Amino acid sequence: MCREANFELGQDVVEAFQSALKKETSETGKDILEQLILNADIARSERVPMCQDTGVSVFIVEVGQDCHIAGGSIYDAINEGVKKGYEEGYLRHSIVDHPITREKSKGYNTPSIIHIELVPGDELVIHMSAKGGGSENMSALKMLKPADGLEGIKDYILSIVAQAGPNACPPLVVGVGIGGNFERCAYLAKKSLFRPIGHRSDRPEISELETELMEKINQLGIGPQGMGGNTTALDVKIEIEPCHIAALPVAVNLNCHASRHKEVRI
Amino acid sequence: MPALHITNPISEQDLLKLRAGDRVLLNGTIYTARDAAHKRMAESLQKGEALPFDIAGQTIYYVGPTPAKPGQVIGSAGPTTSGRMDKYTPALLDLGLKGMIGKGYRSEEVIESMKKNQAVYFAAIGGSGALIAKSIKSMEVMAYGDLGPEAIYKLTIKDFPAVVIIDSEGNDWYKIGKQQFQEQTRNVEKFSSRISE
Ligand code: SF4
Repeated sequence: MCREANFELGQDVVEAFQSALKKETSETGKDILEQLILNADIARSERVPMCQDTGVSVFIVEVGQDCHIAGGSIYDAINEGVKKGYEEGYLRHSIVDHPITREKSKGYNTPSIIHIELVPGDELVIHMSAKGGGSENMSALKMLKPADGLEGIKDYILSIVAQAGPNACPPLVVGVGIGGNFERCAYLAKKSLFRPIGHRSDRPEISELETELMEKINQLGIGPQGMGGNTTALDVKIEIEPCHIAALPVAVNLNCHASRHKEVRI
Repeated sequence: MPALHITNPISEQDLLKLRAGDRVLLNGTIYTARDAAHKRMAESLQKGEALPFDIAGQTIYYVGPTPAKPGQVIGSAGPTTSGRMDKYTPALLDLGLKGMIGKGYRSEEVIESMKKNQAVYFAAIGGSGALIAKSIKSMEVMAYGDLGPEAIYKLTIKDFPAVVIIDSEGNDWYKIGKQQFQEQTRNVEKFSSRISE
């Protein structure tokens, strides 16, 4: 799973590159998109990682409440798998155990970040993403005021993308969480990134907002790798949740074009 | 415009003629270093010790490759975010560092020091590590071997694709390139000023 995520760029991303290439008007921008397509081909055929930052593995595990997990901890099982996949797949070990002393972790590229959601049914669905550090570093969260309203939300999202510029490796996938509370909002933004490119929200008003923001972001001029152009985002994803009457949390989780996701269903 | 062929170490003549936005194919010898190696170099300089290689005239590539598979020269080897090295960079430029390859913004201090010391900053395509690895022909450890992917390696490169972002006059392609395509400026500054870096 980890290896595949790093070697095989999803078809949704490859298609997004191709359609961006048709619309891009910057010569350098086109050149970059072509090189990214070529890079994905090399990674796939030679079974090497598309990017040297093979990321932190982030999991969302949907556990059916009628499903029983036997024989040990699911957290340990996932970390064992990641360790093995990363080490044997010649992927990079990019985890430090201590955020302040920066001491390298002893478990190859683990611990992973694991979110577990309890859902109806008896299935176990594991969603995995290899999340790069460059784009994660440019992500942000802000507790807006309800009075900032929809316009405030849009401006905030645009400002985060503008500020990230070349650092987050555009073209980007922009994940947005609106509502919930402080930590929930960040999780919603991350979760939105697990939705394939091109899939709009089921809510009509949110789907419209996604399309509008995508257009506005692409008018920022940042372009592929920040070198100018009209492909700054490949997609915008928004998840919303109810929140407190006094609150309007907004989180923007940026993902680079190396948007690596895999899923298994048990 | 076709890409310019530039050999590293970069000659003064090439360096002065490169302009922000130029597409280049880099050749010759470069050195890798990222966060941990920069930190150690800075500590050496503080103690008055010499750097583990003569940096004068050289080019540094900000990269931490994946481990090479058997039969590979190097694993995937795309650029990392340069801004994290900004704190250490002016001191290296004062020692004669002439070229840097990475991705992303540089600080005002770095740009000023680049103008003063006549240096150039290139960006490689972030996230194209598999493709870039094809232009790396040899790799040997120069220093700090214990740092693994973060050690200083000496690389021989052939036709390594990059773009000049900041030239020796301080022109910044991230600003110039964006302006050409910008249609949306509305209120973007409003929140930017309130968000700290
Ligand atoms: S931001 Fe993404 S594409 Fe860029 S270096 Fe990191 S993982 Fe790779």
